[in-house]
Amino acid sequence: MSFAWAKPYEPKSAFGRWIDARLPLPRLVYGAVGGGYPVPRNLNYWWNFGVLAGVFLTIQIVTGIVLAMWYYSSVDGAFNSVEHIMRDVNAGWALRYIHMNGASFFFIVTYIHIFRGIYYGSYKAPRELVWMLGLVIYLLMMATAFMGYVLPWGQMSYWGAQVITGFFSAFPLVGEPLRIWLLGGYAPDQATLTRFFSLHYLLPFVIAGVVILHIWALHIPGSSNPTGVDIKEERDTLPFHPFYTAKDGWFGAAVLLVFALFTYFAPNFLGHPDNYIPANPLATPAEIVPEWYFWPFYAILRAFTVDFILPAKLWGVLAMFASILLLFFLPWLDNSAVRSGSYRPLFKRFFWILVVNLILLGWAGGRAATPVVIAVSQLATAYYFAHFLIILPLISKFERPLPLPDSISTSALHGERSETAPAGITRPSATTATPAE
Amino acid sequence: MLRFILGLVGLGFVGVLLISFFVTTADYFSNPPEPTAEEEFHHHAKELHLASDGPFGQFDEKQLQRGFQVYKEVCAACHGLSLVAFRDLEALGYNEAEVKAIADQWAIQVPTTNEETGETATRKALPADRFPSPYPNEIAARAANNNAFPPDLSLITKARHGGAAYIYSLLTGYEKQQSAELVRKFPAAKTPQGLYYNPYFPNLNLAMPPPITTNGQVTYAPGNPPPTVDQIAKDVTAFLVWTAEPKLENRHRAGLAVAIFLLIATIIAYLAYRNIWATHKAKVRVTGPLEPQNIAKSQIAKDQEGVAG
Repeated sequence: MSFAWAKPYEPKSAFGRWIDARLPLPRLVYGAVGGGYPVPRNLNYWWNFGVLAGVFLTIQIVTGIVLAMWYYSSVDGAFNSVEHIMRDVNAGWALRYIHMNGASFFFIVTYIHIFRGIYYGSYKAPRELVWMLGLVIYLLMMATAFMGYVLPWGQMSYWGAQVITGFFSAFPLVGEPLRIWLLGGYAPDQATLTRFFSLHYLLPFVIAGVVILHIWALHIPGSSNPTGVDIKEERDTLPFHPFYTAKDGWFGAAVLLVFALFTYFAPNFLGHPDNYIPANPLATPAEIVPEWYFWPFYAILRAFTVDFILPAKLWGVLAMFASILLLFFLPWLDNSAVRSGSYRPLFKRFFWILVVNLILLGWAGGRAATPVVIAVSQLATAYYFAHFLIILPLISKFERPLPLPDSISTSALHGERSETAPAGITRPSATTATPAE
Repeated sequence: MLRFILGLVGLGFVGVLLISFFVTTADYFSNPPEPTAEEEFHHHAKELHLASDGPFGQFDEKQLQRGFQVYKEVCAACHGLSLVAFRDLEALGYNEAEVKAIADQWAIQVPTTNEETGETATRKALPADRFPSPYPNEIAARAANNNAFPPDLSLITKARHGGAAYIYSLLTGYEKQQSAELVRKFPAAKTPQGLYYNPYFPNLNLAMPPPITTNGQVTYAPGNPPPTVDQIAKDVTAFLVWTAEPKLENRHRAGLAVAIFLLIATIIAYLAYRNIWATHKAKVRVTGPLEPQNIAKSQIAKDQEGVAG
């Protein structure tokens, strides 16, 4: 919206002009995701995942609305109503499996989207609010997914609700009343199920609202790009439509293909078998594990085993909340003037350590709490906090970044016939003569 | 200032975690966890291949009919199938009249209310009824089974780790006696009176007596494979895969169509993308001189040679 060369919207028909004078909605869309939004020309495929998150949000809302027409939010009827959908409702099995796996894929693409932002420094000025609104979306997603998992009222639904609401009781004084207030009773029951259903239906629309703010805030400075260099002139950009709609289109179809393979051929691969057992408040399952996308946080929660000043449980809960809240400070923790990790040799190394560390945390969170698993989650949790709160500020202080390209177009277009490389750089010498290294 | 405060917070968490880590490891080495009988003697599920396996799998109707027969003659005495209706059996290849007869002759009747007196009563099952449970409630089920509760089998192959292979392994995995080694090493894990040793069961000792004990325990109609213990177990497992996922065939068929559609869509969309970008294809060459590493290298070379720039 902010570039001088952005193409203004020109209605092509009389009806278009009529609408444009009264409700310029087509103009808004054109400027947001059409030919009127200039986008850096050098975006790589990591930039496709934001649109994909929007696609999965839409899939979840559409399938969810139809599922809600058949779902029955009662402790006696919920489990059987889901099985009724699976067995007797026309294509109900497809709706339910799409919704189930759609949640997992929503998290997969969102996690990739978040890590793209971390690697390329997309959270830095002037995009701090884009980043923070994104974190708000992520928090809402976590709440929505957790409550959705409770709805089938299987064993893992029930005990997951019991455990997760139990976190709140770790807080002194207010904890236990807060837990009871959240559940609407002393243990998960009808009141819990009904309110979770109500909120599970509400929150996706709140997410959609925050998504609009997220995109709005993004459109003020425009999209970031792999070099992290600001857009300077028209040849740095291409219009969103048709260039990025085409790129998102084919890549989106490919991701939907992977999604379909899971949904139709391994629909329960990402789930837990215990949730096919109806909830039984009298029988605790041998293992209580959340869905895979919460495993790293579950590992953080279980990592604290010593009552050091505060009870271990409170440490775990505080750390779990802190692990997400600290991300809100990321734009100020990372003080480096260079955005893109490609030009930050030290940052890049630690970024990959962070990725491995999070996979390790996920692994630890999904397993039974043996001493080895607990020890791994303790070290990995320690690294997680050290990475963001200690290492990152130090890196940005001491790192010597690599020289940046002058502009997106010198970086992106170099090597094309029409362009020549800036003088001095391609000069043959002993060290640069073998570019294959 | 903000960075300083957050750094202290980070140090706090890291410190507590390191204390926790040292306490955990010290505890582990000074007081190592005792090995359990389950860890050492529990077996993973055997391999099982069914017609419904794989992305193109479809049910073997004859096998499902045999499996249903096994359920009827062996399992139904204790285990319910409350999510399946008699009418669903048409998917196994029975016609309407056969389904009606099966429902009519089902050994357990459906609870109802006497139309005249209002008292509770029972009636014969109809095709629209779901399979009636063998016990009126959990208390009655436990009272009749040495305080064990036979689970409903409708979803059993989806509700256990290992799925169908686990059910098949459990049915065929009973052992008459625990090995002497187990009893010697773990006296506490000795099979108690009234339980049965089965190394495929997570706790090793199971309340269900071996349900399929002899070849020929169920008599199959002519034209079917001989009813060995293994065959009977396989057949009833295949049937329970169907009860847990009756729409499996629809799912596989639809999945194939969706996958082909999306594959074609991906290819067409990719070609469109290539076409649109053809004149604007602007890629950074992977080893191009403007890659950060290469710029750095040339900078170093320049420094070494004393060239300015």
